[in-house]
Amino acid sequence: MSTLEIRGLKVSVNTDNGTVDILKGVDLTIKSGETHAIMGPNGSGKSTLAYSIAGHPKYTITGGSVTLDGADVLAMTVDERAKAGLFLAMQYPVEVPGVSVSNFLRTAATALRGEAPKLRTWVAEVKGAMEALNMDASFATRNVNEGFSGGEKKRHEIMQLELLKPKMAILDETDSGLDVDALRIVSEGVNRAKADNNLGVLLITHYTRILKYIKPDFVHVFANGHIVEEGGPDLADKLEANGYADYVTK
Amino acid sequence: MSVLATNYLTPTGREEAWRFTPLKRLRGLHDGTCVTSQRHSLISKAPLPAGVTFTREALSPLAVSDDVIIERVRGGAVDVAHLSIASNTELADAIFLTRSEGSLDSAELSRVRISLGTHAKATVIVENIGETVLAEDFEISLAPGSCLTFVSLQEFDSKSVYTARHHAVVDKDATFKSITVTVGGDVVRILPTVEFTAPGASAELLGVYFATTGQFFEHRMHVDHAVPHAKSRVNYKGALAGRDAHTVWIGDVLIRAVAEGTDTYELNRNLLLTDGARADSVPNLEIETGEIVGAGHASTTGRFDDEQLFYLMSRGITLEDARRLVVRGFFNEIISEINNEEVQERLMNRIDGELERAGA
Ligand SMILES: Nc1ncnc2c1ncn2[C@@H]1O[C@H](COP(=O)(O)OP(=O)(O)OP(=O)(O)O)[C@@H](O)[C@H]1O
Ligand SMILES: [Mg+2]
Repeated sequence: MSTLEIRGLKVSVNTDNGTVDILKGVDLTIKSGETHAIMGPNGSGKSTLAYSIAGHPKYTITGGSVTLDGADVLAMTVDERAKAGLFLAMQYPVEVPGVSVSNFLRTAATALRGEAPKLRTWVAEVKGAMEALNMDASFATRNVNEGFSGGEKKRHEIMQLELLKPKMAILDETDSGLDVDALRIVSEGVNRAKADNNLGVLLITHYTRILKYIKPDFVHVFANGHIVEEGGPDLADKLEANGYADYVTK
Repeated sequence: MSVLATNYLTPTGREEAWRFTPLKRLRGLHDGTCVTSQRHSLISKAPLPAGVTFTREALSPLAVSDDVIIERVRGGAVDVAHLSIASNTELADAIFLTRSEGSLDSAELSRVRISLGTHAKATVIVENIGETVLAEDFEISLAPGSCLTFVSLQEFDSKSVYTARHHAVVDKDATFKSITVTVGGDVVRILPTVEFTAPGASAELLGVYFATTGQFFEHRMHVDHAVPHAKSRVNYKGALAGRDAHTVWIGDVLIRAVAEGTDTYELNRNLLLTDGARADSVPNLEIETGEIVGAGHASTTGRFDDEQLFYLMSRGITLEDARRLVVRGFFNEIISEINNEEVQERLMNRIDGELERAGA
């Protein structure tokens, strides 16, 4: 049983025109097995929250705390956060030229498990994970995300989620750019990770359709750098019907 | 042993061709003050297949050279190591040439010829290893329809000095591909040059170099499109780490007025892994006719991509391993063109080792 606790998180970015405050005090607690959906308008700071938890160097933490089972996440390097059990499925996964998917996955698994996986079982494990997400075996020899379609990149993220078995996963618009079949396949992957590892999920999305597959326990409305309303699954339907007008004018 | 006659013009460092090179570190190769020895270090690593001979012969040069050191080599070398591949010989396995001896106390002046008969097809891998001072005039002749992959691996020990011209003369419908890898030595200066003698000829010059603290590596291409309908591609990638690591890449491509239908593109990318290193990159395309298929060049010098490192690290990979993956990935595009897994792995390990030593 793990708990990811975000308290009063404030984050800024440095731009050519000085610092811009983006997160203005975010409070959120996620426990193992729980699924929290975050919905909110473009530019409200959802990806900033995701990246800040994962430790992207672009963002400066100006206040607040993030802990995983009491351990100070903000004091950890990016790889230490992953080793502590955090995973970020990115809105825009990065291309890494010349590095094959299979080499990348094996290096990551070795780092996270503390020893190189046994070659025989590993090959089967990767093959299984790829098949489960309907990815052709040829992806293993391709370079990481290079030339992948938008949907293929997202499937590749969730394949990593299943292989690397984190405690807490942040899914930043994993549903964007997926066709209807891929949406179902990817959602099943997330649900398997939830069932197998009692994964806690922070799911950032613009659409309620993914919430039909991945049932949220809580829905949070994010606007202007913080959470402005919280509720159950029905809050998502209300947002779909009414939009964010009520929240952004506040 | 003898001291070379200094009857050639000695470069001062102000000449265009020498303006980057640290002349003082050439151990007297450029001004003739070096003591020469009659080493014949280039040997075949294994018995040669049918259709291939490797002998020492008296041969006159294939092409003129305006390089002072090459002139000294031609004046000083007594004969030419000649690897000859007979017409219509198609070799599945690479021919490996390697170095049997070397010394820092005297210089070897070496002339080498590789010649391919019509429609011959081969891969030649030259392993430049050990501790040596070596100036070399490498001339490669490709008869019509022949195809050569020429791999030169500069894996010298840290004090070695190597200056060479790798000159290819490519005839009708012949295909020349070179892969030049420079990862070892104190000063390495290579002139990969190509001349086309008939239409349909093509050349692909690929290269990687990795200079760490104090090393100087220069690669100065010259591709001369003097006939119509020839094709050339140049792609060199370099990484630098550590104080005073210095690389120079010059890409001279000349498309003469008669060279209608020329198709050429040259690319140089450099990765600066630490402060204190310097990468000079000068593409230079001279076009004397507009009737061409294409001509272009690109040159970039950059640092580690933070987004790539972040992505890898977010999967638990340490910064050190992430950098190693990115550097390996950067070089992989070229290294993977070497059709020999053992060599590929050896080079990648060497690159890892250099990266580690440089503390990048
Ligand atoms: N380098 C930067 N310079 C200026 N503004 C920035 C910079 N980086 C981020 N921002 C701003 O921070 C705000 C929050 O961006 P973020 O990506 O977190 O939004 P988001 O809620 O994920 O939006 P979307 O729904 O479009 O993905 C945006 O207004 C964005 O323009
Ligand atoms: Mg976003």
